[in-house]
Amino acid sequence: MITRLMALLPTRLSQSWGKRLGVGLPYLWLAIFFLLPFLIVLKISLSEPVLGQPPYLPLTSWPDETTLQFRLILNNYALVTEDPLYLDAFLNSLKIALASTVMCLLLGYPMAYTIATATDRWRHILLMMIILPFWTSFLIRVYAWIGILKPQGILNDLLLSLGLIAKPLAILHTPVAVYIGIVYSYLPFMVLPLYANLARLDRTLLEAAADLGARPMKAFLRITLPLSMPGIIAGSMLVFIPAVGEFVIPDLLGGPDSLMVGKLMWTEFFSNKDWPLASALALVMLIVLVVPFVALQRLHQRYEDHEL
Amino acid sequence: MKSRYFMIAIVAFGYAFLYVPVMLLVIYSFNESRLVTVWGGFSTRWYGSLFSNDSLLSAAWLSLRIAMVNATFAVMLGTLAAWSLTRFRRFRGRTSFEMLLTAPLVMPDVIIGLSLLLLFVSMEQLIGWPQGRGFATISIAHITFSLAYATVVIRGRMGQLEPSLEEAAMDLGARPLIVFLKITLPLLAPALISAWLLSFTLSLDDLVIASFVSGPGATTLPMWIYSSVRLGVSPEVNALATLMLLFVLVIVLVSGWILKRD
Repeated sequence: MITRLMALLPTRLSQSWGKRLGVGLPYLWLAIFFLLPFLIVLKISLSEPVLGQPPYLPLTSWPDETTLQFRLILNNYALVTEDPLYLDAFLNSLKIALASTVMCLLLGYPMAYTIATATDRWRHILLMMIILPFWTSFLIRVYAWIGILKPQGILNDLLLSLGLIAKPLAILHTPVAVYIGIVYSYLPFMVLPLYANLARLDRTLLEAAADLGARPMKAFLRITLPLSMPGIIAGSMLVFIPAVGEFVIPDLLGGPDSLMVGKLMWTEFFSNKDWPLASALALVMLIVLVVPFVALQRLHQRYEDHEL
Repeated sequence: MKSRYFMIAIVAFGYAFLYVPVMLLVIYSFNESRLVTVWGGFSTRWYGSLFSNDSLLSAAWLSLRIAMVNATFAVMLGTLAAWSLTRFRRFRGRTSFEMLLTAPLVMPDVIIGLSLLLLFVSMEQLIGWPQGRGFATISIAHITFSLAYATVVIRGRMGQLEPSLEEAAMDLGARPLIVFLKITLPLLAPALISAWLLSFTLSLDDLVIASFVSGPGATTLPMWIYSSVRLGVSPEVNALATLMLLFVLVIVLVSGWILKRD
């Protein structure tokens, strides 16, 4: 049936129709449900919070029949940029995300390298073991750490019974627990792009370097490391950017001194019902994140172009 | 030689780090004692109490329905996106299209959740839809970010396909749509299945976005888990976690088998 109908259409027309549909439908979806919402966040961030449903005032009002009044409130931005609470939360998030990214890289690089250079059989197993956590519930994997890290938890029990510590360590609800949680959750996001990159590495280059007398360490620093930069950049981006806005990990594992901006936004929204302030926080976070995103994507593109 | 052992030690540590927490969770789900970390003997009582918990069962059912709708739509839209990106080298707005498809992969959940909620609230004020929030709004939110993941998976496979097959069909007079339905789609099937399963598990896993765009009365499985976890470690959650891990393991094995058979 479809075949017959299609046969009636001229080829050129149906091709452009297919192209329009193929690009148009997903584009339209993302424009409405991904792009448009940011404009609304911008709008709400400029409005005044009130008690009510919804808890903000409209930007425009008609005080009498002929005048349209605009009220843009910049208070929310003033608060976000001036109140040390918000500034601290931003700096703390950036610091935690950056340190976690570096730790993921230090742990993930040897793992990716080992997988890339393993025999076929081992490579499949090791790779599968990196992919598997992707599929398992993030929430449950973070939750697993509570039972391990809490004062009467598995780790403290083990250390106490081995006689390594005299009294339980306080790890849960400290920044250390947040670091553990982020590195644990995001490690596969670092290993996979690194592996994809290292697997394509031309190994004859290393042999040539060895023939010319370079020690393995030197060959690594001069050949492998520079060639794997696109993988390092891609992996760092996949870890750093979501980690800045992380909510579940600081909420479940962190304490009062590991305040992160994602958690602060959640509190402003759900507990304080301050939608305009939460929107302002979201936009400032977005701007803070767009800079590294665009910069890293550019850098990535340059390396990829260079390679070709 | 020394550096080699050092390397093996780091890699072993990395894998242990990834797997030990989850293994401990599974072991303690069979613990008789309510004090989660004190071993009180083997028991399956917490599994039993899961199945008599009505709020949990309805949350699980809601999550499964959302995950299925999400996966189906995400794969359909993702196929179109991947197809146009691979087949049409140049079109207006390609760069912005690619940006739109990459951004949801890294965008923090809190931002996606808040912005979509504000969109839904504004839409309700303007056009009266969606009335209230729940199944529909969570599904739309999940499709939006799953679509990006589905596109990555499908695009990877589509890039490997030989365009000569499609060209041959075209030369023999097949219309583009027929070529797409009879040649491209069947060759893509394994990638479509893995994209569907990935979108399914992403949806089943999401807490933050669903919390924003859900309304009263619509509690998803992660929302249920989160509210019980906030009260502390509970043996029921351990048992539930083990069942979910088992479920995912089966999905992964099945999809691995499908991909291998191809």
